[in-house]
Amino acid sequence: MFGDYSLGDLGAILAMQGFAGLILFSVYVLMALGLAIIFGQMGVINMAHGEFMILGAYVTWMTSSAFQQYLPSLFPGYFFVAMTLAFIASGALGMLVEWALIRHLYKRPLDTLLATWGLSLILQQAYRSVFGAREVGVELPDWMMGSWQATDSIQIPINGMFVMALTILITIAVAYVLFWSRWGRQVRAVVQNRVMAGAVGINTEKVDCLTFGLGCGIAGIAGSAFTMIGSTGPTAGQLYIVDTFLVVVFGGAASLLGTIASAFTISQTQSTLEFFLSGSMAKVITLLAIVAILMMRPQGLFALKVRK
Amino acid sequence: MINSRFFNRSELIGFVSLLLLLLIILPLTLDVFRLNLVAKYLTYAFVAIGLVLCWGYGGILSLGQGVFFGLGGYCMAMYLKLEASSVENTKIQSTPGIPDFMDWNQITQLPAFWKPFHSFPITILAIIVVPAIFAFIIGAAMFKRRVGGVYFAIITQAIAAILTILIVGQQGYTGGINGITDLRTLHGWDIRTDHAKFILYFVEVVLLFGCILLAQFIRLTKLGRILVAMREQEDRVRFSGYSVANFKIFAFCMAAIFAAIGGAMFTLEVGFMSPSFVGIVPSIEMVIYTAVGGRVSIFGAVYGTLLVNFAKTSLSESFPQLWLFGLGALFIAVVLAFPNGLSGIWQDHVQPRIDRLLASRKKSGNGWTGNSVADGAPAE
Repeated sequence: MFGDYSLGDLGAILAMQGFAGLILFSVYVLMALGLAIIFGQMGVINMAHGEFMILGAYVTWMTSSAFQQYLPSLFPGYFFVAMTLAFIASGALGMLVEWALIRHLYKRPLDTLLATWGLSLILQQAYRSVFGAREVGVELPDWMMGSWQATDSIQIPINGMFVMALTILITIAVAYVLFWSRWGRQVRAVVQNRVMAGAVGINTEKVDCLTFGLGCGIAGIAGSAFTMIGSTGPTAGQLYIVDTFLVVVFGGAASLLGTIASAFTISQTQSTLEFFLSGSMAKVITLLAIVAILMMRPQGLFALKVRK
Repeated sequence: MINSRFFNRSELIGFVSLLLLLLIILPLTLDVFRLNLVAKYLTYAFVAIGLVLCWGYGGILSLGQGVFFGLGGYCMAMYLKLEASSVENTKIQSTPGIPDFMDWNQITQLPAFWKPFHSFPITILAIIVVPAIFAFIIGAAMFKRRVGGVYFAIITQAIAAILTILIVGQQGYTGGINGITDLRTLHGWDIRTDHAKFILYFVEVVLLFGCILLAQFIRLTKLGRILVAMREQEDRVRFSGYSVANFKIFAFCMAAIFAAIGGAMFTLEVGFMSPSFVGIVPSIEMVIYTAVGGRVSIFGAVYGTLLVNFAKTSLSESFPQLWLFGLGALFIAVVLAFPNGLSGIWQDHVQPRIDRLLASRKKSGNGWTGNSVADGAPAE
């Protein structure tokens, strides 16, 4: 397997697969950040997270079509508008879902699993009815297409770098909000001791609502990024949900740093193996390795406390 | 046994009514095509009964029962496929004597793991043993480390995803995404004729009642009581000296065996097996059948399966767009509104009326009606 390539070739292959893996890493991080906030901080299993992501992707598609039709001169900049709209749309839907459904199920994680799975089915059918069952493709602006020639044998796609920069920005923003802002302190207080937090005067219901909305909003932005690497269809969200949960669980559900580390490990392993084995075997081996490691260390890589 | 009676009154009613329904009413009123559909639904009922044992009574939510369903189904499919790929049936292939999908994947020799499935006794043994071993490995690795609840559910999902990807990716060895199709005869007996489907329906009903009786037996022993105790207060059971992991492994393996039997019957009834019954989506659907029936009721699981599948078929025929909305709403409704499912509705509304009716006719002495103590609703 490795024998046919020279050392220099191998280096170049690893570098290029590494960058391809970094795009996958970015999508995983964005999805897993939202899920880690919801699952790790609130203990809610949201099986519909993929559908929130796809909502972001659909909003991006609609924005791109709208810009193409009505504001073609501003088309190169549409992506930033699309991302903001995706964040708002998914966040709003998330807050609605939290108010209508999740609120009643906080003490029952297995039941939230089933209920949010039902929600994901409803959302999928809604997308199918509204946007059609076929997949839609999103037009990228010109400055995002193509790749940058780093050295003779290494080419880095520009949209990959854009997505990575975006991910870094969002991760820093989320970390800032959670650890250095007043509202983030309230969120952490509610997670640690809901009763005391309420007694001290924090409006726990509002905090829950906004946290869930934030997690879903981040998923919406992940959806925007997702339009660059995959086609957007009603069932595309389901492809990523198991991977995302594994990323969160592998990293240790309560730790954001763990989430990033595990997303990085998983995406790099998968993309490097993809070059040498077939796509499906790479995925199988990656997943098997994760499950095996989880069986040996169930609390994940960076666990702050042991989970049951 | 804990109780002196194998079935208390409400369970006896359930048992007899199910017996009547499946053995007499349905075969007399439905044509063979619809009866075959019912047989297909009943194969899912096997999985549902297993889930009642492991989820309703043991508190272990497994979202990967499709794995065991598929393992049992694929074992049976491999046996039937080898029989259908005899040298004379496949003489137009470039390598006669091996299944067609291997031929068009340029495989020239039967792979080693297919060879034992030439023999029927080994196939039957494999249907029971292979899923049990799988479940044992997964269960031992998880339960000994006290991984439970949500984490276990997610990992079972991951395993279902892994198996699906593996089967689809290895098209030459497993038939890929189309699965193993074109199955014809079992030991020379053609399973595609109407007469055969009729006989297979009764074979399946007999097996189903066997599983029901076995599950009820397990429930009534001390083992069943410990399962319930584990579901409610695992730590106290552990402090009392029981090995919680071993009991959980047992419940999980039993559920796997039931699911595998269902899978094997599915292959016989429907005539093919494909990875679309192995993955995450069918596995979660099987959980919903149990939830609709009431996760602690064995008969409820069977009725729940039949009901949800009937609804699926009729809604998909008339309003295909509505079906997923309906299924999603059913998930949410079962969780929010009626967590004890059909059997809960029966116990809360119908059963008291029947009791009052029968008590007003004859004066019964004391209040002990022989209901199992452990039939209460689980905490989640």
